[in-house]
Order: sequence, then structure tokens, then C-alpha cells
Amino acid sequence: MASLKDLRNRIASVKATQKITKAMQMVAAAKLRRAQTAAEAARPYADRMNKVLANLAAGVKGNPGAPALLAGNGKDQTHLLVVCTAERGLCGAFNSSIARLARDKAQALMAEGKTVKIVCVGKKGYDLLRRQFSKQIVEFIEFRSVRAIGFEQADQVGQLVLKMFADGEYDVCTLFFSRFRSVIAQIPTALQLIPAQVEESASKDTSLASYDYEPSDTAILETLLPRNVSMQIFSALLENAASEQGARMSAMDSATRNAGEMIKKQTMLYNRTRQAMITKELIEIISGAEAL
Amino acid sequence: MAAFAFELVSPERILFSGDVDQVVVPGTEGDFAVLKDHAPLMSSLRAAVLTIDAAGKPTQRMFIRGGFADVSPNGLTVLAEQAIPVEEVTPDTLHAEAEIAQAEFDKATTDEGRRAATERLAQIMELRTGLFG
Repeated sequence: MASLKDLRNRIASVKATQKITKAMQMVAAAKLRRAQTAAEAARPYADRMNKVLANLAAGVKGNPGAPALLAGNGKDQTHLLVVCTAERGLCGAFNSSIARLARDKAQALMAEGKTVKIVCVGKKGYDLLRRQFSKQIVEFIEFRSVRAIGFEQADQVGQLVLKMFADGEYDVCTLFFSRFRSVIAQIPTALQLIPAQVEESASKDTSLASYDYEPSDTAILETLLPRNVSMQIFSALLENAASEQGARMSAMDSATRNAGEMIKKQTMLYNRTRQAMITKELIEIISGAEAL
Repeated sequence: MAAFAFELVSPERILFSGDVDQVVVPGTEGDFAVLKDHAPLMSSLRAAVLTIDAAGKPTQRMFIRGGFADVSPNGLTVLAEQAIPVEEVTPDTLHAEAEIAQAEFDKATTDEGRRAATERLAQIMELRTGLFG
């Protein structure tokens, strides 16, 4: 049985852990607020861009000259999976659920005889997928040194994805990230990036037929589509940042609660042992006195 | 003058949102002013200054880098890749711009690409003389 000193040490160490998890939870809460504001601030731009894109896409859809980024290059053989995860762990199932979604998709594609290539954004996803898909991972990007994700970082990923598409290295590109629903709910999501998926509902606006385009609608579409890729990645990264903090917050919250329970149990055990020892000592003294 | 809704958004945030009287937008094919009830128009933008006029307020000028202007019956939306108030633009910003254009020129393999880069460089130079003399 553990001595009193052992128990005291154990309680002290759990208390120290609890302090750390509590601090991490509060830091995550503060960061979550910032990440959420950033994600919300980026939404108008993404919304506008989607609307503009939907208008333009409705016009050129089905045309033989439609840009490859919109219509695809007619093939479906090589798939590129862009897996966005966090740089750090200790955030519950956040990273592993994104990785699992990507892994399932990759396995399904490979079972169909398709070629799979993976680009990892974020260290944790890379760590999780590296063992199984070491041959498929073609690129690994990390933003560990970046404090707050800006458009610049997203553009860096976007340029890479576009370059690979231009070089014909893949046919279909899918983006994996976690959508932020609430602090306790983050939804791992797969989003097809190339060929671009345009919302049908937005394109029903008939008043747009009379639009003038400068220089021309195809020229605008051609500059808009690459930017849209970067933009989608940017909003995915922002959603991810918010999700990560949310996941960490709830993970650390339950860790703090667990530590609290453990402290309670250990303290109870400690007191019981202490009382047992006192009783034992008393019995010894009394029986000693009686024997005289 | 009649006011209409104008929004200036960058990927990171909304920079301007409100009613204005006139906005001068630097399109790729030349500047154009947008007033109320402008015909629907979509234009790409070049790196230059955008001017916002609203009744009772001083004229605001923003340095814009790349993006799109969308004139719809509901108003004007400018999606800018980057937007900085002119007061905060430093010669260094423009210098960096000029370097990008120069690099593009060096990279260009077609006459068309070289022409576009030269044009861009000229625009930046013009802007620099306009702002800093």
C-alpha cells in the first residue's frame, strides 16, 4: 500500500497537471474567439466570390472552351488530397478525425484502382498519415512559425495546388478540413476543389444576363478561378484554426474535470489512510497502557 | 447626389461598407466611376488607387492590388486582394510592387506577358510620381 508521502506526491502532481490543463483551456478559449472573428471576417469575401463565380460559371457551363479548373480536364484517374490539420496536438479527436476521413477516402480511391497523391498541410496530419501513405505523400507544408493564418499562407498552398494541376500531376483535387459548427462540434469535411463546384442555387439570378464584362467574361473567369482555389483553402484554414481551438478547449475542459475527480478520490484515500494510521497508533498506545 | 451601397472587402476583412455617392474604380482597361444605377458590370482591377466619395465626408482613397469589381443593381462590391489607405502607402510598398512587376517581366516568355508586365510597371511608376512626386 502506498505510504502517506506517496499519496501526497501523487495529489500534488495531479494538481499541477490540472493547473496546466486549466491554463490551456483558457488560452484556447481566448484564441478561439480570435479565430472565430477571423473566420467571420473572411466570410463576406468568400460569399461574394462564390456568387460572382456562380454567375460566370452558369454562362460558360457546357461550353467546350470552359476553363479546366471549372470543367475538369476530362479525366478522373489521379486524385490529389489536400489534408489540412493542426500543428499541435492535445486537441481531442480533431486531427485524427480529419486524418481518418482522408484515409478512408484514399483507401476507397485506391481500391478503385485510382492513383492517390497527398499534400499535408499541418504537422499532425503528416504524422498520422506518414506511416500508411509514405509513397502517396508528395508534399508537406507546415505553418508552425506562423502566428495567425493569413491569406498569404493560403495562397502559398493554392499556388502549389494550381501548379501541380497545370503540370498535369492530378485530375481531381479534394480538400480535407474541419468545419467549425460550435465549440463542441467540429465536422470533418471533404470539399472538392478542382474541378470547382459551383452552387446551383446562386446561379438562378436571371437579372445577371445583362452583365458587361471587362475585359471579357472568360478572362475574368480565368483569373477568378485560381483565386477561388486560394480563397477556399484560406477559409478552410480559418475554419480549421477555429475548430482546433474549439476542440482543444473542450478536450482541456474534460481533462481539467477528470483531474478534479482524481484529486477528490486521492484526497479521500489520503485522509482515510491517515485516519487509519492514527487509529492504529491509538490502539497501540491504549493496549500498551492496558497491559501495564 | 444619390447614394448607393458600396462594399470593399479583402480576404481578411471588410474594409468599407456603407452608402456612397461615387466610387472611382481602377479597372484593368482604365478607370471608371460608378454612380447610382450604374449598368451591371464586372471588371478585373489593376494595382492603383480607388477613390470613394460620400456626402458630407472627406474623400477616401485606397490603394488596391488586384481583384474584381462587381456592379450589380444592389450596389458595388469590390473584392480586392489587398487594400491599404493611401495615407499608409509608403514608397517601400510601391517599390515592392515594382519588383514584383519586374520579376514578372523577367519570367514572361511570350510577348503578351512581357507587354502586360511592362504596362503594370508603368502604372506603378505613374502612381509613384502621383503620390510622392
